[in-house]
Amino acid sequence: MDPLLTLQNICYSYHTPGGETPALENISFTVGEGEFIAIVGPSGCGKSTLLNLICGLVKPESGEILLRGEPVENARAQTGYMLQKDHLFEWRTVYRNILLGLEIQHKCTPENLARADALLETYGLAAFKNSRPSELSGGMRQRAALIRTLVLDPDLLLLDEPFSALDYQTRLSVCDDIGIIIKKEKKTAVLVTHDLSEAISTADRVIVLSKRPGRIKRIVPIQLDMEDRTPFRSRSAPNFKDYFNQIWKELNSYG
Amino acid sequence: MDKPSAAQAAYLAARKRHRHFVTAARILLLVLFLFVWEAAAASDLIDAFIFSSPSRIVRTFRDMCADGSLFRHVGVTLLETVASFFLVLLAGTACAVLLWLSRRLSEILEPYLVVLNSLPKSALAPLLIVWLGANMRTIIVAGMSVAVFGTILNLYTSFQEADPDKLKLIRTLGGSRTDILWKVVLPSNIPMLISISKVNIGLALVGVVIGEFIGARQGLGYLIIYGSQVFKLDWVILSIVLLCIIAMVLYSLVSLGEKYSRRWL
Repeated sequence: MDPLLTLQNICYSYHTPGGETPALENISFTVGEGEFIAIVGPSGCGKSTLLNLICGLVKPESGEILLRGEPVENARAQTGYMLQKDHLFEWRTVYRNILLGLEIQHKCTPENLARADALLETYGLAAFKNSRPSELSGGMRQRAALIRTLVLDPDLLLLDEPFSALDYQTRLSVCDDIGIIIKKEKKTAVLVTHDLSEAISTADRVIVLSKRPGRIKRIVPIQLDMEDRTPFRSRSAPNFKDYFNQIWKELNSYG
Repeated sequence: MDKPSAAQAAYLAARKRHRHFVTAARILLLVLFLFVWEAAAASDLIDAFIFSSPSRIVRTFRDMCADGSLFRHVGVTLLETVASFFLVLLAGTACAVLLWLSRRLSEILEPYLVVLNSLPKSALAPLLIVWLGANMRTIIVAGMSVAVFGTILNLYTSFQEADPDKLKLIRTLGGSRTDILWKVVLPSNIPMLISISKVNIGLALVGVVIGEFIGARQGLGYLIIYGSQVFKLDWVILSIVLLCIIAMVLYSLVSLGEKYSRRWL
């Protein structure tokens, strides 16, 4: 089967009047349909840049990014992006926040509106449809932000440290929540995080990047010895800590 | 509701006493001022011809109401002020949007805007009269000139401060710069627009009165200048009192609008 997403020899640098900073070098990997990929690496290694590239917000200086065999610039509508903060707009109700993407893409059809309602219902936000975002808890807000993305029915979800703005306890449960929703909606996801446990507990494969300029150091497939895997339960899998140590060493080794 | 404790009741009573005292003192101050003024004029301590007096002002007010001239002057000033206020809001927002849409344009125009903003706008008024003639349009432009440059600069600065992540969100949802403008920049700047409006309503009045000083045949600014030239100082002082009231009423209307928009947003 063809992979959903293919990156081939991606290079990218930042340009400032003071000079050029290479951010990513020779990044190549593929993501299969329904796969959950986590990308970890030291801060400033270009993790978020990588997501911007995959999303088509910025263009690579060399290399190719293909989504279902098409260059990503032509397939913008097929990727959904989740940012660090939920960025729900306080001047809109929860419902109108969720419709933001549909409004922008002029897709407020009856079927899509029904989908939005169904998603709100399924994920426990129906009662808050007409509330202001400030009336929701941190976890509910992040769930609303995910629904805002899901309602556009993207093939690929990009998650840019979507839990890092939450306190630890909320973070664990929201991560579990979002992980289960993504599996249930059968979405393919690429998660960027600096939290190793989060990466191991959610992902099917973990990509470890080196310090700037970011290169792929290793791709670690995660096979936890358990059934009915959810992000939270994964943490108690017997071989969880083995993966943790392996990736930890990988991150801290030089070269 | 539970009955508040004794300490809470005492606290509330003290607060209430304080509020009543302040209100009473305010009213007393005004009454005292009017009384001293009237008494001083009546006992020839001050020359009522120059300093007027509350009773003379009331009489002038009554006379001018009777012949209708006062309504004309107040009406004209009000109309010009309100017109220039709304035109500033419209033109200022439109220009700020234009600057925001084109970074290059804003970079080119910035120094000119800064100069125009710090220029004392009263210096422009005589020029405007010569260019546009002594009519209502000129006065409205004079009123606008005081506030419009500051409005453009403040709004544009505030537009630029929109959260870059919110802009990114719109872009990841497939939106264009126009979407960013309508979905993020404009709605998030409504509070800014309101606080600018609160300043602008006063500035518009200043500009209109300056304009009327120089080139008008009606309006309170005209009445002040004309009155001082023909030594009808009752007119002058009555006009000033009326300007105080107009300024207060207009400001409260804008504040009312703010409250209403908060609830609506």
